[in-house]
Amino acid sequence: MNGIGITLRTLHDGERDLEHDLLAAAERHRTEHEFHHVATDVARWSREHATRLAALGREYGLDLPGPREHPTSGALAALREKASQALGRRPETGPVVLHDLRELHLAAVRNSLHWEMLAQAAQATRDRNLLELVSACHPQTLRQMRWTNTMIKVLSPQLLVGA
Amino acid sequence: MDSSTDPIADPWGARTPYAPGTPWPARTDLHLAEGIGEEDVERWVRSASLLHSNGDALDIAVREGRIVGVRGRAVDRVNRGRLGPKDLYGWQANHAPDRLTRPLVRENGRLVETDWDTAMDRIVSRTRTLLDERGPGSVGFYTTGQLFLEEYYTLAVLAHVGVRTNHLDGNTRLCTATAAEALKETFGSDGQPGSYEDIDHADTIALFGHNMAETQTVLWMRVLDRLEGSDPPRLLCVDPRYTPVARRADVHLAPRPGTNVALLNALLHEIIRTGRTDPAFLDAHTVGYGELASRVEECTPKWAAEICDVPAAQIERAAELLGGARRLLSTVLQGVYQSHQASAAAVQVNNLHLIRGMLGRPGCGLLQMNGQPTAENTRECGADGDLPGFRNWQNERHVAELAEIWNVEPDAIPHYGPPTHAMQIYRYAEQGSLGMLWITGTNPAVSLPELARIRSILAQERLFVVVQDLFLTETAQLADVVLPAATWGEKTGTFTNSDRTVHLSEKAVEPPGEARADLDIFLDFAARMDFRDKDGGPLIGWRDPQGAFAAWQRCSAGRPCDYTGLSYDKLRRGSGIQWPCTEDAPEGTARLYTDGITHAHPDACESYGKDMVTGATVTPVEYRSLNPDGKAVIKAAEYLPLHEDTSPRYPLQLITGRTVYHFHTRTKTGRAPELNAAAPDVWAEISPAEAAAQGLADGDLVQVTTPRGALRARLRTTAIRDGVVFVPFHYGYWDTPEGYRPPEGTPGRAANETTITDWDPLSKQPLFKTAAARVTLVARRGTGQGGKADGTGTAGSTA
Repeated sequence: MNGIGITLRTLHDGERDLEHDLLAAAERHRTEHEFHHVATDVARWSREHATRLAALGREYGLDLPGPREHPTSGALAALREKASQALGRRPETGPVVLHDLRELHLAAVRNSLHWEMLAQAAQATRDRNLLELVSACHPQTLRQMRWTNTMIKVLSPQLLVGA
Repeated sequence: MDSSTDPIADPWGARTPYAPGTPWPARTDLHLAEGIGEEDVERWVRSASLLHSNGDALDIAVREGRIVGVRGRAVDRVNRGRLGPKDLYGWQANHAPDRLTRPLVRENGRLVETDWDTAMDRIVSRTRTLLDERGPGSVGFYTTGQLFLEEYYTLAVLAHVGVRTNHLDGNTRLCTATAAEALKETFGSDGQPGSYEDIDHADTIALFGHNMAETQTVLWMRVLDRLEGSDPPRLLCVDPRYTPVARRADVHLAPRPGTNVALLNALLHEIIRTGRTDPAFLDAHTVGYGELASRVEECTPKWAAEICDVPAAQIERAAELLGGARRLLSTVLQGVYQSHQASAAAVQVNNLHLIRGMLGRPGCGLLQMNGQPTAENTRECGADGDLPGFRNWQNERHVAELAEIWNVEPDAIPHYGPPTHAMQIYRYAEQGSLGMLWITGTNPAVSLPELARIRSILAQERLFVVVQDLFLTETAQLADVVLPAATWGEKTGTFTNSDRTVHLSEKAVEPPGEARADLDIFLDFAARMDFRDKDGGPLIGWRDPQGAFAAWQRCSAGRPCDYTGLSYDKLRRGSGIQWPCTEDAPEGTARLYTDGITHAHPDACESYGKDMVTGATVTPVEYRSLNPDGKAVIKAAEYLPLHEDTSPRYPLQLITGRTVYHFHTRTKTGRAPELNAAAPDVWAEISPAEAAAQGLADGDLVQVTTPRGALRARLRTTAIRDGVVFVPFHYGYWDTPEGYRPPEGTPGRAANETTITDWDPLSKQPLFKTAAARVTLVARRGTGQGGKADGTGTAGSTA
């Protein structure tokens, strides 16, 4: 496997993880309604990225699984929801929200850097398929980063000072 | 009003047809109390309607110190003398016997009467303690869309600079936030582009999610008069209900709730495909067209037909109508603003006008409507989660201007983030970092989504709640201090309608008991708190409405909402005047953007914009490189699936809305006998097919259930889309035995028991039109359960 293949795999895994982490954070922060809904929306982008990376990966001889099955909403999910609602009434959980947003932001930055690497490699090798994929997906990764950054900016004064 | 017509049975009255380009004829409507003739009226006092956003000019009839009626003002540009049912009857609430006349404080769990000193001392002492112990972020203000400009501006200064909190917003968040946001996204700044006169000139009128016939009866009279005159305009109506507007439309699209972006993208696709764009306008006045063209390239009518469940041929017909228009007027309201992807959809209507070059000329108007009478003032004065004068919190120069006007240091004005929006203020109260919430003139215990949650937030021991209102509303019953306020007709001030028309509303009678004007209450608080500027002078130097108006004029100078050419005297001499009104435009300004885009320059704009999906803020640097010359910004949006879709358990989509006879939570209209009798109780609407499928019939008592809760209502079958249930949002509990909540163990009647806590990530407007629900039978018609009225009468069934 050459460097492009390694990067494709790393990015594929990164997008797969980010989708999972976004959905898990959305579940954990059900009482932070905007966080919950927008995290669910932008998780869809990572899911699509993982799907498309897996498809392109085949051209590079990679066998990538694509996105995960969605967790079924069972007893565990219901329990998690209850817990999140109880915790949502406690001021000291504020920093947890910021911590999760930070981790999501860093994961998106990591993916963004891998998209950047692939964009450069695609141009160097005149790989149109790869370049097209990067052009379609990378802007959405940047939007995930801007969103987490905005949320941190807006919430920090209250969650760090207000409690 | 013509005595042959009954404004309850026919809210729009007799027609006065007119031809395009000619002035709308006058028709003077009048209603006086029983037994009073015009000759009995001692004084007529100048005002305008405070029960919807249209701004109908009227004079208040006074006899022996009481309001005895109203008469429309024929010279006014907004209504030419006409009044709607709420204008004609709503004033009676002023004299309702249960007005609050003394302050109340909570003692041992109960609200008891007290004097003003005691009540204000409690508020001041709690504010001081919180500021000392926890800082300004622990104090929040939630205001309304029904105070006056002078009061909002005073509140904005008091909150932003006196208390120094970032938490000040209005219930305008529920009605008008998306209008403001859409205008900011496209034109860089808030400010209604069009004018009501555009109705006189348009050859095509498109109403997007706007049941104008019920929300602005007088504006709809104007449309009806055009429709009855020569060369009438063609109408497009987008609404899942078969409204009075839909009945008069040439094309009516009834899309699945929550799919507006898909529908609008398909309409834009067709207009581009058929070559109906205006390349010269696009080139001169816009940036971003390329992105829009590529975004909608795949959005064919066939594609949208699948998502919206509207025939592709109907979408093509609608696009033909829009594409063929020579003078297109569009209006937008809650069907867009309170639905999924609210701002993204409203922005696409702006885009429609930009790509067709339909802006700033007679008949080529864009009206992003307001939902409340003084919502515009909440926006411009910065009492709604913006800075005063449409200033940009990210622009240091704008903040420095405010600091100079208020004579404070710039860092005394919180601007490290956007002012906190209402839903987030309640979230902070829920989470515990907010210790005090001062609510003025609104009733969140009925009007916010997911009421069980809201009641539990307001009832918290750790949250100090102040309510300033006319009556002991549901919310007031949960308060720690209740302040009795004066209202319309009992105080003086100005307010501004949806098309920027400013009216003066003068004091006609004394308020009841010890009730005081909201302005006086704010000034009293400021004096007791002893707020100072940086030189030790009083932060708020004015003492009356005229002083507050003068202070606001200075703050508005040079901004889009410039009031410097107005005065109380000028408004007394004439009638309504549209801002901006300056030395150069002393008679006001009919239309914005008649000569290009004027407020989008990076140095001038109110906002640099937000991401159309996530709401993430665009940075100044990004905006400057995208739009260096300050043109209109064409922003494309992708359609996103609903946040809460239907399922086998919840197979229907719930939308809430209003009836022509009521305003907000019926605090006033429920106390006007004619209006109350016209629509006394809640109902639920579904289509006949939907009812038949479930074995339900008109008049049955049904339960509407969502994952949050349930309500009970009598069923009406109407020509609404299949798969949708509609419930009016006005009804709460103040006139039920429980007072502020549903009966123990039985579902209540407030629509918001069931709505979802979700908001548009850009405008932060709550989404009242996207919950998944089911409707089940409780009792057959005539079995006598579930309240006095069966809710199936003719009244209120105009939908």
